[in-house]
Amino acid sequence: MPSAGPVTGSRSFLAKLRDGDEIARLVTFVFAATVVLITVLLVYELWINSTLPRHKFGLHFFVTQVWDPVMDEFGALPFVYGTLVTSAVALMIAVPLGIGASIFLAELAPPRISDTLQFFIDLLAAVPSVIYGLLGVFIVVPLIRTVIYPAINKPLGSLPIFKGPSYGVGFLTAGIVLAIMVIPYIISVSREVLLSVPRDQREAALALGSTRWESTWKVVVPFARTGIMGSIFLALARALGETMAVTMVIGNTPKIAASLFAPGYSIAAVIANEFTEATGELYTQSLIALGLVLFLLTFVLNGLARLLIVVTTQKGSGVSA
Amino acid sequence: MNARLRWRKLVSNFMLTMTGVCAFVSVAVLFFILGYLLFNGGTSINWAFFTQLPKPVGEVGGGMANAIVGSAKLLLAASLLGVPIGFLGGIYLAEFSGAKVASVVRYAADLLNGVPSIVIGIFAYAMVVQPFKHFSTLAGAFALGLMMIPITLRSTEEFLNGVPRMLREGAMALGASKWKTISTVIVPAAYRGILTAILLALARVAGETAPLLFTAFGNRFWSQGWAQPTASLPVMIFTYAVSPYEDWHRQAWAAGLVLLGLILIINILARTILSRGIAVPRS
Repeated sequence: MPSAGPVTGSRSFLAKLRDGDEIARLVTFVFAATVVLITVLLVYELWINSTLPRHKFGLHFFVTQVWDPVMDEFGALPFVYGTLVTSAVALMIAVPLGIGASIFLAELAPPRISDTLQFFIDLLAAVPSVIYGLLGVFIVVPLIRTVIYPAINKPLGSLPIFKGPSYGVGFLTAGIVLAIMVIPYIISVSREVLLSVPRDQREAALALGSTRWESTWKVVVPFARTGIMGSIFLALARALGETMAVTMVIGNTPKIAASLFAPGYSIAAVIANEFTEATGELYTQSLIALGLVLFLLTFVLNGLARLLIVVTTQKGSGVSA
Repeated sequence: MNARLRWRKLVSNFMLTMTGVCAFVSVAVLFFILGYLLFNGGTSINWAFFTQLPKPVGEVGGGMANAIVGSAKLLLAASLLGVPIGFLGGIYLAEFSGAKVASVVRYAADLLNGVPSIVIGIFAYAMVVQPFKHFSTLAGAFALGLMMIPITLRSTEEFLNGVPRMLREGAMALGASKWKTISTVIVPAAYRGILTAILLALARVAGETAPLLFTAFGNRFWSQGWAQPTASLPVMIFTYAVSPYEDWHRQAWAAGLVLLGLILIINILARTILSRGIAVPRS
């Protein structure tokens, strides 16, 4: 049993039992413990169900490019590559936009406008990923094929990252859709962190003669830097684990290509596509091993993000107090 | 000197305008999505969509009645699993537990919250589908229910902690037991916040697709019961959108509009409940 609360300390056990206190404590404890149990079980199931590929391939799993269910050869490299590249593209687009928007919401906009816009941003975060996928398939894919690809490929086609034909689907498309999906997370958290920067920091900078932008960019943003980094990690964790939107626009081809226009594959997408049709223990377990990799990646990133955000918001409240 | 100052002011104004543009673009995405869905979905939605089963592959027409009912069943069962665990666990954290146990439970909940939904799907597959050797509505609900727990738990705890001390002490001074205090004073005082959290959790899982792919699977007919696979709106949107058929694309838009409308309405409703309720002062 966990330690007794301070209020119930002096009464006799029988009296407490009669009032239902002990029963309530026990019942609610069971439910709280269930949460821990579920989490432990989740890690355990992922671990135990990926034993075969761990033993057979070991760390080679991560450096093998071949994904051949027929020959029972499984390498994670194309999927890890696809996941990392799409997430990187997403962050390159989402970070400047998100931070810019959060600066506007926290520093410039009057509270009412800021709150209204934040409300819309919250709604944007609630849009399910399959809807983003739907719009990706019917808007972003044609847009890439007919507008963006010709515009970029003509002048810059000799660069490896823009080389080759475009089918509309591919790393770039997935990255763009992911960027749109993670922007709300960056904005919400960064805005919160920026708002927690004490007033006197801004006022001191302005009093020293800096312009509004200089006080924001050289004083407020550096003060909130760790927290903003936290929001980026959070967004990265989302992008890495995102399944549906990516599956619908990445092209589902387990190949490593330097070109952003080439079709690829991601960890989450291959699980979504092949899990139900995986025949044979090794095939299924290799997919679960990919799930374990995804879990560990997001676990580390989320932990880091939470730490950074907490550190920054506490720094703010500590100074202003 | 003067020129330099003018330059700095120019830079300042330019950059600040750019941040405004960033904010505008980000919010505009929402209205673009809404507008596009309204246009495409609005023109493809019809009565058959709500009342008919999907037609066989290649035939034009039909609807998604089975997916709408399937989604409703999934959400009902998911709530029955997720809400009690989250709510009662939250009560334990806020009212009974010591700091150490609370931090362990909180940590587990945060971890669960960050798990990618596709991994939740694998877990539900291993726990429910594999032992029964069958895709089922219950397996899908299990996956969605798990995803509801962390949000419900953390919000319940937060809103219970937000109830003013005086209420608590007042009830206890009148001789109420701890449980009596919780059940008749504290929870009622915080119920708006908790209800909001539950609605938001429901809205979040309503659109989840990945965890359903290999748990609830899919079904082109009425589901034969809780132990059988069922269609759901998100999975239907996915299969229809990536299919090569024109008429399926049309129905995917219609389903997208219905799903997004539902989710946004729940979200707005939940936030209105919270903002119009008695403000819960921080103690």
